[in-house]
Amino acid sequence: MAHHAETGHPTGHAPAVHAEEQTTTGINHRKLLMWVFLSSDCLFFGSLIATYMVYRGQSLVGPYPVDIIDVPITTISTFVLLCSSFAMVRALAATNEDNQGKIQFWLLMTAFLGAIFIGFQVYEFNLFRAEGLRIDTNLFGATFFTLTGFHGAHVTLGIVWLVALFFVARKGRLGPRTALDVEMAGLYWHFVDIVWIVIFTLLYLIGGFDTGPSATISIDPSVLGFL
Amino acid sequence: MATLTDVISRPAGQSGLWSWITTVDHKRIGVLYGVTAFIFLLFGGIEAGVIRLQLAVPDNTMIDPDTFNQMFTMHGTTMIFLVVMPLSASFFNFVIPLAIGARDVAFPRLNAFSYWVFLFGGLLLNASFLTNQAPDAGWFSYANLTEKPFSANAGLDYWALGLQVLGVSSLAAAFNFVVTIVNMRAPGMSLMRMPLFVWMTLITSILLVLAFPVITVGLIELTFDRNFGTSFFVPEGGGDPVMWQHLFWVFGHPEVYILILPAMGIVSEILPTFSRKPLFGYPVVVFSGIVIGIMGWAVWSHHMFTVGLGPVAVSVFTITTMLIAVPTGVKIFNWIGTLWGGSIDLRTPMLFSLGFIALFIVGGLSGVSHAVAPSDNQQQDTYYIVAHIHYVLFGGSLFGIFAGIYYWFPKVTGRLLHEGIGKAHFWLYFIGMNITFFPMHYLGLNGMPRRIYTYASEFGWDNLNLLASLGYVVLFVGTLLFILNLVVSLRKQPDSGHDPWDAPGLEWSISSPPPVYNFATIPQVEGIDQYWITKRRAAAEGHPITEPEAPVDVSTIHMPSPSYWPLVTAIGTLILAAGMLVDVGWDYIRFPIPFLGGIIAFIGIVGWSNEPAAAEHHDGEHGDGDHAIEHGATAVMDRPGAARPAVRLLCSVCGNRMSSDFRFCPYCGGAVENPDQANDEEG
Repeated sequence: MAHHAETGHPTGHAPAVHAEEQTTTGINHRKLLMWVFLSSDCLFFGSLIATYMVYRGQSLVGPYPVDIIDVPITTISTFVLLCSSFAMVRALAATNEDNQGKIQFWLLMTAFLGAIFIGFQVYEFNLFRAEGLRIDTNLFGATFFTLTGFHGAHVTLGIVWLVALFFVARKGRLGPRTALDVEMAGLYWHFVDIVWIVIFTLLYLIGGFDTGPSATISIDPSVLGFL
Repeated sequence: MATLTDVISRPAGQSGLWSWITTVDHKRIGVLYGVTAFIFLLFGGIEAGVIRLQLAVPDNTMIDPDTFNQMFTMHGTTMIFLVVMPLSASFFNFVIPLAIGARDVAFPRLNAFSYWVFLFGGLLLNASFLTNQAPDAGWFSYANLTEKPFSANAGLDYWALGLQVLGVSSLAAAFNFVVTIVNMRAPGMSLMRMPLFVWMTLITSILLVLAFPVITVGLIELTFDRNFGTSFFVPEGGGDPVMWQHLFWVFGHPEVYILILPAMGIVSEILPTFSRKPLFGYPVVVFSGIVIGIMGWAVWSHHMFTVGLGPVAVSVFTITTMLIAVPTGVKIFNWIGTLWGGSIDLRTPMLFSLGFIALFIVGGLSGVSHAVAPSDNQQQDTYYIVAHIHYVLFGGSLFGIFAGIYYWFPKVTGRLLHEGIGKAHFWLYFIGMNITFFPMHYLGLNGMPRRIYTYASEFGWDNLNLLASLGYVVLFVGTLLFILNLVVSLRKQPDSGHDPWDAPGLEWSISSPPPVYNFATIPQVEGIDQYWITKRRAAAEGHPITEPEAPVDVSTIHMPSPSYWPLVTAIGTLILAAGMLVDVGWDYIRFPIPFLGGIIAFIGIVGWSNEPAAAEHHDGEHGDGDHAIEHGATAVMDRPGAARPAVRLLCSVCGNRMSSDFRFCPYCGGAVENPDQANDEEG
């Protein structure tokens, strides 16, 4: 749902306006919008993660996480995604330095590394499917595919955004005066990365070795009452 | 893609149908929200009428149980998501930029997008009637009644997808208003000088931003359960129906405050105006609102006392629920304190505000009675709950909203609503509301469950049910009178002038209806109730203000231009959601239509991005456009609170010390005096 923050989109408005725009807090409108959107998205992923944690170990039939989760493979894709955050930082730095060649290179590099991550995810989803885990197999499948799927959709949208920015950069329209366009994409991209770190920790490093229902710690939904 | 925007010329023009369809003017969008939501109010009202007609006599067979289920489900869903929320949004749109001294919201096109998505979401939800598959599982659609085996038709899909679309609208609007209020206040308007309605809008918007994603996830999981065979809420697959209840109420309880806080804000504007006295204890009312906003997150399980959460959870939620009554009670005392000693003018907006206070107290008291878990066990799922929710939502939210309509109507149209018809409307509503809903307390305590389509005569519920149904007739006549009032007032009422109520807000300093640019000169704010300060100073100087701000040539002010793209993006969003209703049954892609919607939305976003907020030809002598004043931005924008003289004032009545912000003592309403020098601003 709610990816309409992109509607307050990077390349909007006359390019020169942002630099001079004066606001009550001194924070640009679009940047503030992005932060408010990200706070909303926190609750979105928070609810998905809560569902995963509540249903952790509640699957009635296999395959269970220990049967199919491959931590080393996903460690590689996690590393790639983290590297893309570095590339994003370089893209913004290049924009501030007005180095047109580097802006294009690093934007494309960020999108490329993001695409590799998505490639790993497609591979993983297909592998799980082949090994008998589908979204309707058990609660693990439902919560896993929903959570990582929506994260993947976020990354995909980020890639579309970065590629769009790349085309804007090719026209020479990105530079210090329009650095906010890149910074907005960067905020989004870093946020999606951070969410993945949480997901990787919970679903792979901690939950990835869960066996069937009896052997794992289950969380009764009623304890949510204490939160 | 830039060619795309070149091909379609930018919409222009200030009149005609297309000027409304492509408008990005917050005032017009506010009117669109208001009119649309009012039409939905009639829908929801007719659904309520069907319910009351069916229940008027025992053993009634006017409609069958299925239709009855659809009626109460759509009545609740409509009234909450298509009436009270968008009517509040209508006030946010129209009033907020005017009240903070801005020329528009921060993102005018996003604002137009919010409206169109709201309209389409409402239509999608109601389209279920056309296929005779209206949702029928109640407005909170408890699992696992909502799962395929128990709700086989597409009704719950309409419900889930319609709410998703409405969620997009609410979120987009909430993002917009958080940024607008935080970032676009007139110079000098620090947070603690904001009008109360602006404060409540800010808190409401923050609640929306944080609460809606939770229901979004719940609805996604419900949709997956129904269409992709998952078992999120299906016990047979290991899922837990109680999980739905948690997700729904973690959203649902903040939602209650999303519904009531705007009305509290409206009332906090009206009571001071018609008491001729500043709001009693402004900072206390603000902080009560903030506390309600925070504590609203810690009470959701009081909707689930009978689920069996265990004694610890139930005790905790009983205590937090009782605690949240404290800031609410504080507000009520502040409103009463505002009235105390004021010269009260019982105009229609004031009557509705007083009605709000009275009825909200009744609803609040019955609310506290089911904060007590043992007592709630008796009341759960009875008409007592129905009575409570209608006292707080009808007597509370809707009375506040009608107060706001009567209050701001002259600002929107330049015409006052007719006072005589207005008063008749108020009394019919006040009396009809009590006749309809007060008997429900007794019905509930006598054991009548909610959501039963008929009942046997021997239960002894006949007379009170008939009374409640007669009350509906009174409300119906009241609503007709309101429509009559709209028609009569728009045609017959004389020009209201720019400031018919001698009101304190900035919006009253400009003409009615306001010019497209709102403020020719962005006002400088010196304190709470700025326009009172301005008017009293002018009166003291011997030239009272009788005219609004003089109009200026529109072309000298750079305003955002109309745009097609929000509408295109909204249509894409609608197809994206509605396409989920069509399962074509292909192997890999069972639902291809949403992709079409996604592509349309994408084209809309690209067009939107490539289009500058303001059209080029508009510039005139401003030249290159790059340095023209953006809408809402101001030439002189000092930080609020900067360089304020540190004058300390004393209340002449209670001796309270306060900052120079106050014209009247916020605690006792007494006149303020400056111990150091004579305060020459006092008229």
